[in-house]
Amino acid sequence: MATNVQDIITKYNKDKTRLMDVLIDVQSEHGYIPKDITKEIARELDISHVDVEQTMSFYHFFSETPTGKYAIFLNDSAVANMMGRQKVKETFERETGIKFGNVTPDGAIGLFDTSCIGMNDQEPAALINGRVFTNLTPFRVKEILRDIKDGKAVEEMYSAAFGDGENRNELIKSVVQNNIRKKGPILSEDYTPGIVIWKKLPEMTPEQVIDEVKKSNIRGRGGAGFPTGLKWEFCRKAAGEKKYIFCNADEGEPGTFKDRVILTERPKLLFEGMVIAGYAVGATEGIVYVRHEYTYLKNYLENLLQGARDRNLLGKNIGGIEGFDFDIRLQFGAGAYVCGEESALIESSEGKRGEPRDRPPFPVEKGYLGMPTVVNNVETLCSVVKVLLNGGEWYAKFGTKDSSGTKLMSISGDCKYPGVYEVEWGFSVKDILEMAGADEDRVQAVQVGGPSGSLIGPDEFSRTLCFADLATGGSLIIIDNSRDLLTDIVLNFTEFFVEESCGSCSTCRNIPNMMKLKLEKILDARGIAQDITDLEEWGKVLKVSRCGLGQTAGNPILTSIKNFRHLYEEKIQKDKDYDTEFDMAAAVKASCEAAGRIPNLN
Amino acid sequence: MSTLVKFKIDGVECMAERGTYIVEAARENGIYIPTLCNIRGVKPRGSCRICTVLVNSRPMSACTTPVTDGMEIINDTPEINDTRKSIIEVLFVEGNHFCPSCEKSGNCELQALAYRFQMMVPRFPYIFPNKTVDASNPKIIKDHNRCILCKRCIRAIKTDDGKNVFAFKKRGMKLEIIIDPELGDNFTDELAQKAVEICPVGAILPREKGYQIPIGKRKYDQVVIGSDIEKK
Repeated sequence: MATNVQDIITKYNKDKTRLMDVLIDVQSEHGYIPKDITKEIARELDISHVDVEQTMSFYHFFSETPTGKYAIFLNDSAVANMMGRQKVKETFERETGIKFGNVTPDGAIGLFDTSCIGMNDQEPAALINGRVFTNLTPFRVKEILRDIKDGKAVEEMYSAAFGDGENRNELIKSVVQNNIRKKGPILSEDYTPGIVIWKKLPEMTPEQVIDEVKKSNIRGRGGAGFPTGLKWEFCRKAAGEKKYIFCNADEGEPGTFKDRVILTERPKLLFEGMVIAGYAVGATEGIVYVRHEYTYLKNYLENLLQGARDRNLLGKNIGGIEGFDFDIRLQFGAGAYVCGEESALIESSEGKRGEPRDRPPFPVEKGYLGMPTVVNNVETLCSVVKVLLNGGEWYAKFGTKDSSGTKLMSISGDCKYPGVYEVEWGFSVKDILEMAGADEDRVQAVQVGGPSGSLIGPDEFSRTLCFADLATGGSLIIIDNSRDLLTDIVLNFTEFFVEESCGSCSTCRNIPNMMKLKLEKILDARGIAQDITDLEEWGKVLKVSRCGLGQTAGNPILTSIKNFRHLYEEKIQKDKDYDTEFDMAAAVKASCEAAGRIPNLN
Repeated sequence: MSTLVKFKIDGVECMAERGTYIVEAARENGIYIPTLCNIRGVKPRGSCRICTVLVNSRPMSACTTPVTDGMEIINDTPEINDTRKSIIEVLFVEGNHFCPSCEKSGNCELQALAYRFQMMVPRFPYIFPNKTVDASNPKIIKDHNRCILCKRCIRAIKTDDGKNVFAFKKRGMKLEIIIDPELGDNFTDELAQKAVEICPVGAILPREKGYQIPIGKRKYDQVVIGSDIEKK
């Protein structure tokens, strides 16, 4: 065991900023990270033992106790539940004889919940030792458990054919389906890898590249919508001996899965986009931060990077441009939604907890290892390749005035054709519902932009998707009238925020939980009118949190009160305007039990 | 070029050295902005959010944001003060704070802020979490019931060779402070003393010592927190 750890640590040059990689390797090799190993890591990297513990305990997929020979992580997002997760879960529990959160006594199987794994178009889905299993049914669960009993390797447990496109690539071999429903400039097959690097970059100065990107008016595709050209310019002008390009492929917003499809089908486009960004800002290194849930793409992506190096699309003097050196590495996460926040992503890449930084300074001034850093979304980086290829003006013609270009939408929930749609900005929600084959008469709500976005009702379906109206990172969840909106959606999303808070801000650590308790009270028919007002007021306090996660953690409740107030009002007690929230029976339960008395509550 | 910048807090013209954090700049101008996680001389972290002010209409933590020329800062309004009060309240309910039996009573910054903001009954329900007292260290006691997770000890207490002695464990509501067993056991008296002094609440206490100053004669028994700044 000891030699393995030594090998891993040596592989990362005993560099403490690579602690994430060390822990990922140990976790995948042992199924957990035992204390004697964390001690060894601390000693070898010359850091405190608590530093190792601090990083390790932060991430969902690191464990200090064994997670079983087969570690099963079943997605518990809202859409998974809508698609029948409960029965799947019950089957797992019944057949294994253990509850979720436990490992079977023989150490064979561990059952765990996990936040959205980016498979909303093929739920219920689970990760088993890092491999994805989609469209689970109780029957399929029994098959899987039988295979486990027979001692099959996880790779041998797929019964269905592999998914479409590159999902059946020798290096992926996954049952995941792309579900590409509509193509545009990004998803188009009409692309020759390296074309911009060979044909365009050599004739352009970095400033010209930035100008072209500015002309396209493209804004960041992660959701915040910061103008990309401006970000690059800031970074180019910032002082620093080394600069970095980060690709944010940590898409953790429940309901978003478009980056999964790009990483599967257009990774070369992404890598070329990073090279262009590197050229424009004067960076020498690119890092793709990929969420843990997409580890099944690792060998495939590594292989493509090597291929790019072999063809001089990465490495030294790229595209024949003297002195232009740039290379890309992958950095995997380990299960933390907050790492999609750019500064938390940087912290994580430095081997630390994914705690967002205070800003200013912004990453373009002081980012990875203190150096100027650009963090761009997967889709943004892909788009700039097309911008350079066809010109900024060409690109700006797509979409609306303030939102140029196309947007990849991840559509899931109650519709016939869940999947990825590349549409121009400016489509209305109604258009999307039609495209996705939703029965409009039955749709009661659409969650736009994931839990951090807003829950809207039919009277707003004519609103358009663009930065000026409904801005979104691209997730749309369609909810029909068979669902209990407050329980199935709002409560699930609020629990998600409680689970995913880094805990650093006093507000985000506590208030989502306070709101959750209050929502449960209302759902339990114990609420009063004041409770609705309280929820609105408490939600406001979250706005002073440091990062976007905290600031938006109240949104599931706040936007549903705004747009579906009647659902709350129906549930509260009409005849009561004051509530002590005191439960005598509960208060005296423990003392009565201890004294062997039967409480007299009258 | 002068390195002094001009800015306004609640309409009052102020001046400070460029790059000074708003909290410090305000202090130099005799204006108190409440803080809890902040400690002078240590890199700020902005985790308690009590120092939130509006900078050009946006909420920002005053302890981490440097002043710039022409900045308009809003500090003392009923809305902002109510947000601050709600933060104090949420810190009370997430832990187990029983002031009358706490050694830190009167010297506690959380308690002092609760008095300053006239907290009566918290608007949030008490969680009464099950928390432990870690008495494994030879020099200090770590009482998790009273810890407000401000990160002061993590940020300020390092060994001679710069290693961390305190750290966070887990995340979200499960977040807690841990002490490195090895480094903590080798605490010098000075470092242990510093850890005790730096804790704004009664979460880090010295062993075998206590109540050296009687209750009633402690720091905030005499004055309201922040009044020393406002007197200037």
